[in-house]
Amino acid sequence: MNTILEMRGITKTFPGVKALDNVNLAIRDGEIHALVGENGAGKSTLMKVLSGVHPHGSYDGDILFDGEIRSFKSIADSERLGIIIIHQELALVPLLSIAENIYLGNEQAQKGVIDWPRSYAQTEKLLAKVGLSEAPGTPVGELGVGKQQLVEIAKALSKNVRLLILDEPTASLNEAESAALLELLKEFRAQGITSILISHKLNEVKQVADTVTVLRDGATVSRLDCSTETISEDRIVADMVGRSLSDRFPPRTPNIGDIVFKVRDWNVFHPQQSDRQIIRNVSLDVRAGEIVGIAGLMGSGRTELAMSIFGRSYGQKISGEVTLHDQPMDVSSVQRAVGSGLAYATEDRKTYGLVLDDTISRNVSMANLGAVSRAAIMDDHYEDSVAEGYRHKINIKTPHVQQKAVNLSGGNQQKVVLSKWLFTDPEVLILDEPTRGIDVGAKYEIYSLINELAAQHKAIIVISSEMPELLGISDRIYVMNEGELIGELPREQASQETIMTMIIQSGRH
Amino acid sequence: MSTQASVDQPKATQPSLGGFFKSHLREYGILIALVVIMALFQFLTDGILLKPLNLTNLFLQNSYIIIMALGMLMVIVCGHIDLSVGSVLGFIGALAAVMMVQWGWPAPVTFVACLVVGTLIGMAQGYWIAYYRIPAFIVTLAGMLVFKGLTLWLLGGQSVGPFPETFQKLSTGFLPNLLPGEGFHLTSMLLGIAVAALLLYFNIRARAKQAQYGAAREPLQFFWLRNGLIAAAVIYITYLLSTYKGPPNVLILMALLISIYTFVTQRTTFGRRIYAIGGNEKAAMLSGINTKRLTFLTFANMGMLAALAGMVFAARLNMATPKAGLAFELDVIAAVFIGGASMRGGSGKIIGAVIGALIMGVMNNGMSILGVGIDWQQVIKGLVLLAAVIFDVYNKNKSG
Repeated sequence: MNTILEMRGITKTFPGVKALDNVNLAIRDGEIHALVGENGAGKSTLMKVLSGVHPHGSYDGDILFDGEIRSFKSIADSERLGIIIIHQELALVPLLSIAENIYLGNEQAQKGVIDWPRSYAQTEKLLAKVGLSEAPGTPVGELGVGKQQLVEIAKALSKNVRLLILDEPTASLNEAESAALLELLKEFRAQGITSILISHKLNEVKQVADTVTVLRDGATVSRLDCSTETISEDRIVADMVGRSLSDRFPPRTPNIGDIVFKVRDWNVFHPQQSDRQIIRNVSLDVRAGEIVGIAGLMGSGRTELAMSIFGRSYGQKISGEVTLHDQPMDVSSVQRAVGSGLAYATEDRKTYGLVLDDTISRNVSMANLGAVSRAAIMDDHYEDSVAEGYRHKINIKTPHVQQKAVNLSGGNQQKVVLSKWLFTDPEVLILDEPTRGIDVGAKYEIYSLINELAAQHKAIIVISSEMPELLGISDRIYVMNEGELIGELPREQASQETIMTMIIQSGRH
Repeated sequence: MSTQASVDQPKATQPSLGGFFKSHLREYGILIALVVIMALFQFLTDGILLKPLNLTNLFLQNSYIIIMALGMLMVIVCGHIDLSVGSVLGFIGALAAVMMVQWGWPAPVTFVACLVVGTLIGMAQGYWIAYYRIPAFIVTLAGMLVFKGLTLWLLGGQSVGPFPETFQKLSTGFLPNLLPGEGFHLTSMLLGIAVAALLLYFNIRARAKQAQYGAAREPLQFFWLRNGLIAAAVIYITYLLSTYKGPPNVLILMALLISIYTFVTQRTTFGRRIYAIGGNEKAAMLSGINTKRLTFLTFANMGMLAALAGMVFAARLNMATPKAGLAFELDVIAAVFIGGASMRGGSGKIIGAVIGALIMGVMNNGMSILGVGIDWQQVIKGLVLLAAVIFDVYNKNKSG
């Protein structure tokens, strides 16, 4: 096979930091090439160099596409050759239709007048290719994340893509959607489209990749050819972190006590459509020192359940009872929920968890300002020392707590969010997607922290779309589908198969 | 990824002078801009700008803008805007006039009643903004029209005045000289020195505490330079004022308000929460912050300050006119943005807004002395606002 793209000796420095150090990458024509590495390893920077976001001249080294040295000055230059990058944060306009989004900036027009019939007809063809049956006139905002991802891919196809770069494409997809997306990549391979897949999910990488390049600390560590040898996940992880991580989940001996937290007959209706029931008769228990997982597909109502319990932050006509140590718990507002010992770390830390422009210190104290003030007057020094304490205790990588949250990597941001909630000293913690989009090393640290909290007899609920994670850390798993708890599995009986079977069977009746 | 790598660098205990200056260019930049603009006009006006009489006028002319800028800063930090303050200022001035001149209410009663009415106006607007999530732009645009209309109705299109002397004192009075001395206001001079010493004391104490926690980031040279300059400026300005009639009452009022609001925004949980709401309302809400009530209170406070400014303004003119407050909201908003607040909310400082207002005020005053027409004054002010915000954005992009 020919080499479609070669990046030779790429070195990129930012003021004071060497982000990429002599990185080499070779992509063969028509393969699926996985690019893996911890957050901060340089993957995104490398892709920004490739796509022209960091223009030619701002880095050292050469980019060869189709055997010729290229000097991209902007994204438009790389797109012209068919190099299309789909970012983790989708770049779609929610209020515009699928067709409008696909041809945004590339309108099918004659003399400035858009040819709508043609746009729609072509959109339909593109959508068929990615397996979507939505009407081209549907506003993108009405689609789920999984389908939006497919619209992005259809948009790439409309530009005669030759090299498709996907940055964490399955990060916000459920298992079924992820599987469909990976199938699509394989189909593209058959049609001769080359893909670069950036992913943290090594099982997916193993499933589809022909070649794997591992980056660590801005340098190429290894290039593994999956066609000639069988590559184990452990091998990749070892290369990524530079140490062998024999177990992805830290060991733990559960020490489970009595039931602490109970939810009974919880019902919630949609915030706008008052006749649409989102949560139906949910009842659950969590014991002291127990880690309880909630599994389910996207849209099964897990986040809605958590948010409606946490200070009625979601929905209307909420009914049901929440108790702590068999005493009714006042969760009618976030303040009261926090005050009575409940904490909820949200799934989307950038939108719901952090004030990105504020310092670590201010983010940590945000949910418990009373503890760092006297008579409503802030004690800034004590506040800093609290944040400093968490920085050491749970290893937030930053030189000082005056650093703005926006400057931290995903894993460290998540640690700040967790610090915020630990500082409220909760008895019950709900963690919604606690490790989404963060690297293997940081995940391990978060799991260790969760274990430690369980050891301190906290009651912990973990919501996650990554089933291996739930299976790896939970003592017990509730399975949720369409707003109902459809089953409960102790750790020993839980597996991806049993959970999926439960979900599929419950959907049938 | 670059950020990840950069934060892993070893902890720098003393950042380089140049580096520190660059990263705090915005904070120092505005102060430097004020000094440069003052120096420029001092030169162009042959020293009239800093003549005691003119300096007194400068404070009197801008007091109401500064007073409203304090509230506006909080509104903007919270992520909103208030377009109604000019009209509310006019309305309260008219109301005060009617109360005192037509109904014969005594000045102190009028003063309190007007503050209450102003607060109620702020609450009425804040209610829709906070609890019904109607955009502040719309609600306060409506408020602007409503109170402009009510002012006209209240005054019947006439100017109403004059006011009792006690009320006029609010603006035109001076701090009485309690100490002997002909032609020199010793009381205010001593007061000025005391204020400068107090400022120095507080800053040195804070610095010592920072150092104790290893959190002092400002290089020592900067610390002394900055504080030295501020103390010198306070003493110099009080000296100038002391050679005239001493500080006007309204300057004392302003100084008190600036101190209080700086303290509230920087040191209290209330202030902290306002910044959090502006920075990320959803995250603030899910952290147990009562975002609605705080937004409501921010507007109530704005209404109260607009009322206070309305009375200060009316007292200065010694009458209420139907045109009072026209387009003042724009000056106030401009002052806050020149002072470095972000349109998106979540950032900005009281002292920045005050300096922003002073920059506008010095330019108005200086250009008027030079005989620059109102037409070109507007053009120049507009360009200064644009330049300040461009500077901000450029600075942010470079550091981000």
